[in-house]
Amino acid sequence: MNSNVATLNKLQTLVVIGNGMVGHHCVEQLIERGALDRYRLHVFSEEPMRAYDRVHLSEYFSGRDAESLALSDATLYQTPGVKLHLGVPVLEIDRARREVITAQGCVQYDKLILATGSYPFVPPIEGAEGDSRLVYRTLEDLDAIRSAAANARRGVVVGGGLLGLEAANALKSLGLEAHVVEFAPRLMPVQLDDLGGLALKAQIERLGVGVHLSRATQSITAGEQYRYRMNFANDEYLETDLVVFSAGIRAQDALARQCELDIGPRGGVVIDDTCLSCDPNIYAIGECASWNGSLFGLVAPGYQMARSVAARLCDGVAEPFQGADMSTKLKLLGVDVGSIGDAHANTPGARSYQFIDETSASYRRLVVDASGKHVLGAVLIGDNSYYDTLLQYLQNAIALPSEPAGLILPSSEGAPTLGPGALPESATICSCHNVTKGAICSAIDGGCTDLGQLKSETKACTGCGGCASLLKQVFEHELIARGVSVDKSLCEHFAYTRQELYALVRVEGIISFDELLAKHGRGHTGCDLCKPAVGNILASCWNQPIMDPSLVPLQDTNDTFMANMQKNGTYSVVPRIPGGEITADKLIAIGVVAKKYDLYTKITGGQRIDLFGAQLHQLPDIWGELIEAGFETGHAYGKSTRTVKSCVGSTWCRYGVQDSVQMALTLEDRYKGLRSPHKLKFAVSGCTRECAEAQSKDVGVIATEKGWNLYIAGNGGMRPRHAELFATDLDDATLIRYIDRFLMFYIRTADKLQRTSVWRESLEGGLDFLKDVIIHDSLGLGDELESQMQLVVNRYECEWANALKDPEKLKRFRTFVNDKRPDPDIHFVQERGQRRPIMAAELNLIATTKESV
Amino acid sequence: MNQSNTQRVEHSAHWQSVCSQQDLVNDSGVVVWLDGAQVALFYLPGQEGKTLFAIDNHDPQSGANVIGRGLVGSIKGDLVVASPIYKQHFRLEDGSCLEYPEQQLRVWPVRFNEGRVEVGIA
Repeated sequence: MNSNVATLNKLQTLVVIGNGMVGHHCVEQLIERGALDRYRLHVFSEEPMRAYDRVHLSEYFSGRDAESLALSDATLYQTPGVKLHLGVPVLEIDRARREVITAQGCVQYDKLILATGSYPFVPPIEGAEGDSRLVYRTLEDLDAIRSAAANARRGVVVGGGLLGLEAANALKSLGLEAHVVEFAPRLMPVQLDDLGGLALKAQIERLGVGVHLSRATQSITAGEQYRYRMNFANDEYLETDLVVFSAGIRAQDALARQCELDIGPRGGVVIDDTCLSCDPNIYAIGECASWNGSLFGLVAPGYQMARSVAARLCDGVAEPFQGADMSTKLKLLGVDVGSIGDAHANTPGARSYQFIDETSASYRRLVVDASGKHVLGAVLIGDNSYYDTLLQYLQNAIALPSEPAGLILPSSEGAPTLGPGALPESATICSCHNVTKGAICSAIDGGCTDLGQLKSETKACTGCGGCASLLKQVFEHELIARGVSVDKSLCEHFAYTRQELYALVRVEGIISFDELLAKHGRGHTGCDLCKPAVGNILASCWNQPIMDPSLVPLQDTNDTFMANMQKNGTYSVVPRIPGGEITADKLIAIGVVAKKYDLYTKITGGQRIDLFGAQLHQLPDIWGELIEAGFETGHAYGKSTRTVKSCVGSTWCRYGVQDSVQMALTLEDRYKGLRSPHKLKFAVSGCTRECAEAQSKDVGVIATEKGWNLYIAGNGGMRPRHAELFATDLDDATLIRYIDRFLMFYIRTADKLQRTSVWRESLEGGLDFLKDVIIHDSLGLGDELESQMQLVVNRYECEWANALKDPEKLKRFRTFVNDKRPDPDIHFVQERGQRRPIMAAELNLIATTKESV
Repeated sequence: MNQSNTQRVEHSAHWQSVCSQQDLVNDSGVVVWLDGAQVALFYLPGQEGKTLFAIDNHDPQSGANVIGRGLVGSIKGDLVVASPIYKQHFRLEDGSCLEYPEQQLRVWPVRFNEGRVEVGIA
């Protein structure tokens, strides 16, 4: 009996102050490592709710409730020996008596862990109060934002950092027009460089969020159009119904200051490598700790500290905390943002590679050391598929390839990867939970064959989730290495590749999606992956009108409405102008239509005219007039033949040796309406000067003294590829025979959405193999390919002419089936004498701009 | 939770006739104007159980009114529509987004009544 009491008494008391993500992780780690054999655990939290996932806080506004955000189920804190005090703030720490003091009494401690986190910094601004002084940190804060948003139209976030953009997303999901006001001249100034900030701004503005840089709010007063007016320098202002401050965090070190622990230069409890404060019984972890003068506002380093302290208290030894990698990968407002290591190239001797794509507003920067051998850092905007590989190069100090720029350049094979096989066993895959590739391999060796199971066994990818795609790659790679098969199905409805489905359609003469699904698929609906792919295969094989009732539901929206949807939901219309040759009357007819429907008009790269800004219900009228004037559809919306570009050729040009326009017309007339795995572009040049740029096309034809040279598999676009010379000095008939065979062989063997250039590079045996098949008919397919092409050619019909004949098919071309009005949310502005869609940011700012003028 | 909401609305709703059954396009969508709201109607006659769905036409990601022109399909047993602009998927049943939980579309109760399509408004 006595000895029992003695044992009980021997239990020491361990107090954890704070039940945020880091404090909670520490408790989990303590329990897992057997701390309850030695300690009674008291956990104090000033919030009324046990630890929840702050990383995914914005999901609270899109349907997730507090309970589903909780980090563990409630039973963890019901473990005997653990007492969680919710809604009980610690008021004071008495270090001399080793006591924490709360409103409900005192608890003595032997060891104390401070995990008090941080609080949002709100700059002192005159007039900021109530709904103009909201913050974004806790569930209570979110409730306050939600109630302020109830009658609001517009919300402003002060602070364009990571959390600020998260907050802007939250406002957007509450249905508000969101704006971000940032003091610095760029967004995310800590993580991004100037160009990265610019690219992010462009992308975010496209999503309809207003971005205002280099603005310091001087005061907040009553507004005219909205509740408040934020006044900036130079008499500029922005009106809003609520203001959320997200201008940085400060360590919550009030208790530490009160009990006179050492405080760091930028706040926070000073800790050593073991997370111990200046008091040998008090540890500090997470955002309230200051290590080497730095604060760590991310989950991963906080978890590292939590693990380190738990290990020390349970086992007596632990890996020291030695700083943390602050690399981050996020989706902010749907935009990929990545920042790795020394993103600003501050390391002496550092050099950078940069890639900028202004069309998609993506940006990538790779920072390497002076020797050019190792990665120091990187910035990624718009595409995080490069992140995992770059991070692995950095974390494992892997030597760079001879052309490091390749690591950030676009490639048709997708982002370059190290290949999971190249990573050492020690490579960290998940830095939140410190899971190495070795740990993943041993879980797989232990019988784990399911990704979900792997995550729950190793905890990998259950922190910030940033390692999801890398984890999947490693997992699949290791499964394959162990002889487990990995699925290459088109989608969940078809366990076949595109090529296999093509063969089934051909061999069995299948003419509808339903038939293919019933015979070779699963379920009876399909999805947006298999439906367009099968619709495309059916069209390549049988070329039936795509507006037939059984085919309509298969098409992506562009094919369904036979026009190209643009960003505001309107369409562009491209009539076919074969070979780029057009009469004055036809030019006038296009002009008349463009003028009548107020369409924005632009000449395309394929020698045609694109007419933008048509609403759904206008398409039949527009096409009726174009067809009346002798035009046909240009198939600009389809994965199909687009254009045959030509130079003027021997009829006019003093250098021309063949009639390139006539050949272009012949080719365009033959292949128009041909549907293929991806779009097809052609060109014909009348002499070797090559004015039609045929060597950048899928099919290029260049005139010679004796006939035509045929080039194949060229590409412009993101990754240009010169076409390869395939055959020389061909007569007209042979030229067409080779093109027939080439295109049909491509259609038969290419993958979904694979251009001829990529297909050609993936062909085993390369160009020689292709010449054997096409020119020497080595597979005996020549006749078959030609007759398959002839069938498609014979069945050609202008899809628009076909649709206009049938009122049933026109039913869909109504913006509203029960109302004649156009979509009232589509707005245009005039620019350079034509109209263009209004930008979301312009829409947002209409009121303020007008006022400030 | 959604379940019970739908139930409640379906009982107490005022039903408004929006178009005729002939206006629908099989296995695809059309859009109706409903007192300022734009409602996409999807009709999937081959489905067991529910065949008619009414969902918000506004795509929160692009800001354009285009959901009714999206492709319908099934993903892991859920009937979904893919936005034609950025291709994210919404469940026809409750309007939730598979890829981005913060995107949520409104859904309405909808039914056939003597050749007309009726949408329930609370």
